[in-house]
Amino acid sequence: MGALLSLSTALILVLIAFAGVKEANLHFLFGAIIPYIAIITFIIGVIYRILKWASSPVPFRIPTTCGQQKSLPWIKHSKIENPSGTLGVIVRMALEVLLFRSLFRNLKTELREGKVVYGSEKWLWLAGLAFHWSFLIILLRHFRLFVDPVPASLHLLESFDGFLQIGMPRLFITGIILLASVSYLLFRRFYIPQVRYISLANDYFPLFLILGIGITGVLMRYFIKVDVVNTKHLIMGIFTLKPEIPEGVGGIFYIHIFLVSVLFAYFPFSKLVHMAGVFMSPTRNLSNNSRMKRHINPWNYPVKAHTYEDYENEFREKMKKAGLPVEKE
Amino acid sequence: MKIYDGGKIFIGIIIFLSVATSPFLFNMGKATAKPDPKLDTPEIQKMKKKQCVEPKEFMRREHMKLLNEWRDSVVREGNMIYIGVGGEVYSMSLQSTCMKCHSNKKKFCDECHKYVAVKPYCWDCHIAPKEN
Ligand code: HEC
Ligand code: HEC
Ligand code: HEC
Repeated sequence: MGALLSLSTALILVLIAFAGVKEANLHFLFGAIIPYIAIITFIIGVIYRILKWASSPVPFRIPTTCGQQKSLPWIKHSKIENPSGTLGVIVRMALEVLLFRSLFRNLKTELREGKVVYGSEKWLWLAGLAFHWSFLIILLRHFRLFVDPVPASLHLLESFDGFLQIGMPRLFITGIILLASVSYLLFRRFYIPQVRYISLANDYFPLFLILGIGITGVLMRYFIKVDVVNTKHLIMGIFTLKPEIPEGVGGIFYIHIFLVSVLFAYFPFSKLVHMAGVFMSPTRNLSNNSRMKRHINPWNYPVKAHTYEDYENEFREKMKKAGLPVEKE
Repeated sequence: MKIYDGGKIFIGIIIFLSVATSPFLFNMGKATAKPDPKLDTPEIQKMKKKQCVEPKEFMRREHMKLLNEWRDSVVREGNMIYIGVGGEVYSMSLQSTCMKCHSNKKKFCDECHKYVAVKPYCWDCHIAPKEN
């Protein structure tokens, strides 16, 4: 259900862009106005989400860690898994963001002959890593269309990505990796019953959207060619705040940029915002220093207490008369 | 709304903002000129009807695919004859067909390629026309 809803939403988005440009001639809407709206929504939305997270207190250290905390000198301290200071936290966070260290520990649980068994499950980690890295490289490669003159480091990136020198325009490996890994991530939601059970429309939709962006991008580069020079001119118009619509930019480009705009506008309101959220996960960004530092709960309020001492002071005479023992005479 | 760890959050937001707006920041105050490939070579000047192997729009979009077809056709099938739009016959060759007319590689091919940052590796082996 969720999958069908997401797929049809993505297809409708493609149709909207196609009809909007081919039938209604709304080039300026799709080539300038919607991208601007998307960029603004993206930036404001992400900042709003960050501030919202930052306004919830994290009173205690949450040491959900997988290593020995700093303790007595003869007990080996696991400095990265259970850091006691900032440096360790930075290393742990970097490993999390760059290599998905906690996903690497992913296990699968199965019933075998009536017994629960656990096994290693690395495919999700591998596909996730391949997907995120190729997405990043593709995004960076796109800067050749975003800036002028293009810095030399981008040439280097492209020559690595295209080093197979297959066909013309040269085949970029990351394009293939992206499509393959997104397909795997989607396939896995259909194929594994437990995962299918917990998958919702907002799990499928980003996958279909990214798949759509990848497919239109690959089509545009290798098959349904567009005039890249004029396309860059359009994009440069957006980024120099002088939008204009040159001739000869194919319809497929408008579909591509519309899907990208939807992705960016949707970003802050969806699970995709984990891009910012990962830096704010308490189990990853807090050092485990509970034994060295006192953390005071910020929502503690002064409690009106009535201690036994007060009680006795109040009732001492009565207690004595009744023959009850008192601590102070 | 009380913000906890405001200093760190502020740094994070500044980093996010500068990355997210980097295409705008890079281009600030820069005027970009669209490339203008020059057609004023002696060979093209001699032509009565100035036209390329295929229509101009097609060439702008697909010249790399065309070159790929030419390469495969010559190197793999041994076929060197290409019939253009108007029935003109061309010999499929990078150096002695394309570059004969477009002998101004720097002002023509490179003009566009620099703008979109493509560096065809063809010239590792093929010889570019002599220019000064
Ligand atoms: C109108 C601008 C323009 C002109 C003129 C032009 N090119 Fe290109 N060329 C491009 C663009 C844009 C690309 C990149 C297309 C892409 O990235 O999909 C390209 C790509 C190529 C590629 C593929 C490079 C790769 O590694 O993928 C080759 C080869 C090529 N051009 C050869 C030539 C030759 C030879 C000439 C001169 C006779 C020439 N081009 C003139 C715009 C132009
Ligand atoms: C017979 C001479 C001739 C040959 C051979 C030739 N061209 Fe052209 N080319 C031209 C002319 C003339 C134009 C301008 C066409 C026009 O303005 O309609 C042109 C235009 C182009 C354009 C578009 C430039 C622009 O300003 O948008 C490209 C790209 C191009 N040629 C690439 C090539 C490539 C690649 C080859 C080899 C496969 C080639 N040409 C072979 C004469 C030639
Ligand atoms: C490793 C060296 C090398 C590279 C790089 C290379 N070529 Fe070639 N190319 C050759 C050789 C060798 C031939 C065969 C020449 C012959 O048989 O006369 C050839 C032939 C061709 C031909 C047909 C014959 C002719 O005279 O042009 C075309 C077209 C061609 N190459 C296009 C390209 C293009 C476009 C590129 C860049 C994307 C490229 N080549 C890169 C070595 C290379």
